[in-house]
Amino acid sequence: MKVRIDPELCQGQGRCFSIAPTIFDFDDLGNGVVIGDGTLSADTLALAQLAQANCPEHAIFIEE
Amino acid sequence: MSENPLVEDFATDWDHSDPQWVADPYPIWEDLRQRCPVAHTDRYGGGWFPATHAGVSTIAKDTDNFTSRTVVIGNGRPTELDLPAPIGVAPPITSDPPFHAIARRLILPAFAPGPINALEPMIRDLCSSLLDGLEGEQVVNAGTKYAQYIPPGVIRGMLGFPEEDIEKFLEFVHIILEGVDHPEEERILEFAPVEEYFTAQIEDHMDNPRDDLTTYLLNVELDGQNLALEHVFGTMLLILVAGIDTTWSAIGSAIWHLAHNPDDLERLVNEPDLMPVAVEEFLRFYAPVTMARLVKHDMDYLGCPMKEDDWILLGFPAANRDPVVFKDADKFIIDRAENRHVAFGLGIHRCAGSNLARLELRVAIEEFIKRYPRFDLADADAVTWAPGQIRGPRNLPIRVSQLAQQY
Repeated sequence: MKVRIDPELCQGQGRCFSIAPTIFDFDDLGNGVVIGDGTLSADTLALAQLAQANCPEHAIFIEE
Repeated sequence: MSENPLVEDFATDWDHSDPQWVADPYPIWEDLRQRCPVAHTDRYGGGWFPATHAGVSTIAKDTDNFTSRTVVIGNGRPTELDLPAPIGVAPPITSDPPFHAIARRLILPAFAPGPINALEPMIRDLCSSLLDGLEGEQVVNAGTKYAQYIPPGVIRGMLGFPEEDIEKFLEFVHIILEGVDHPEEERILEFAPVEEYFTAQIEDHMDNPRDDLTTYLLNVELDGQNLALEHVFGTMLLILVAGIDTTWSAIGSAIWHLAHNPDDLERLVNEPDLMPVAVEEFLRFYAPVTMARLVKHDMDYLGCPMKEDDWILLGFPAANRDPVVFKDADKFIIDRAENRHVAFGLGIHRCAGSNLARLELRVAIEEFIKRYPRFDLADADAVTWAPGQIRGPRNLPIRVSQLAQQY
């Protein structure tokens, strides 16, 4: 499983990198970015899903 | 308070300055969600109020059909004087695409998590010294003596204005907030001392550049050129107008909540790690900010016959209470794990200062409950709420002393 942020949808609400700082970071404008290639392990999937469930812009996608 | 006639039916005649709305808007919004869900009014020259999350979200993201050139509802329809679209008087909040993105890019780096998080020690010191000033009092006014002072103190520091000018700065904040909807000629007169002071500060920063927001605005480039001084001044005004009573309201609402929900207060005192999640629930449940848009052209939209220049009141606080999106939407759940609230808006106009607002809210609550692990409302009926588009408690007497000693 991989997580990605759609940069067109992300508005820098700041929820993902607060909830899951090991998976997400922020850029110079404060928009969310995925750390590394976004591959999720069994351990990190739930945290990524929690971040996804808190994104007001629905900008986080978790895909096979 | 409004001089308008009292509202009898908010579905056909809403008024966000009606005493009933100001005192407790949530039952009104719930009623509208069930039977409307986009309310209309002929007041203010005509306008619409979507009460659902779906309605708010759809309009907030639709910059083709709605403009931000005026975000505060005035007494009537805006005139050409108010409307220098797409830039607006206070970019980027009053700007539309494509200029909006340019103006926003200029200020976002200063409000990104990196520089904002660095302010935490300064904010903590400010909160702590405000509480020092209240020492010995049994009833403290958490609205007028605490929450009200925190955002101006932080922004004074960010702009790099001298600490000893704080009283002068607070006076300017009042002039600006109270003058927002005054006629242009009055506003020019009222703003004269503000303009004089800001101009002097800008000159001082040009002569003595330092690591603060004023110097940043003076140095930042747009198309290879520094900003016009009017742009710098306009952005400073925006930061004052948008960053003061909004956060002050959020801090006050959180303290008001804890003052009459002792279980939540006890959990926060005992479980400090809960704070980040609790802050999001404070933001959802007590979202202070409602923003306006204007309809760009006549159209049938969400089943409503909208006319050009009709107001739209974007009730982010109402969206946050929509049971379609939030389980137990009308319950404050301090450890709510899934919380897709829209307190900072949705879409391209997401509050540029949201990282700062969150930090101030968290630190203000942390310092307050550290000093007063137990407190309650000294006089629930004495609490007053700000009318208009920013909602929060103003007079907020909190009884602290005897309760605190029991710990």
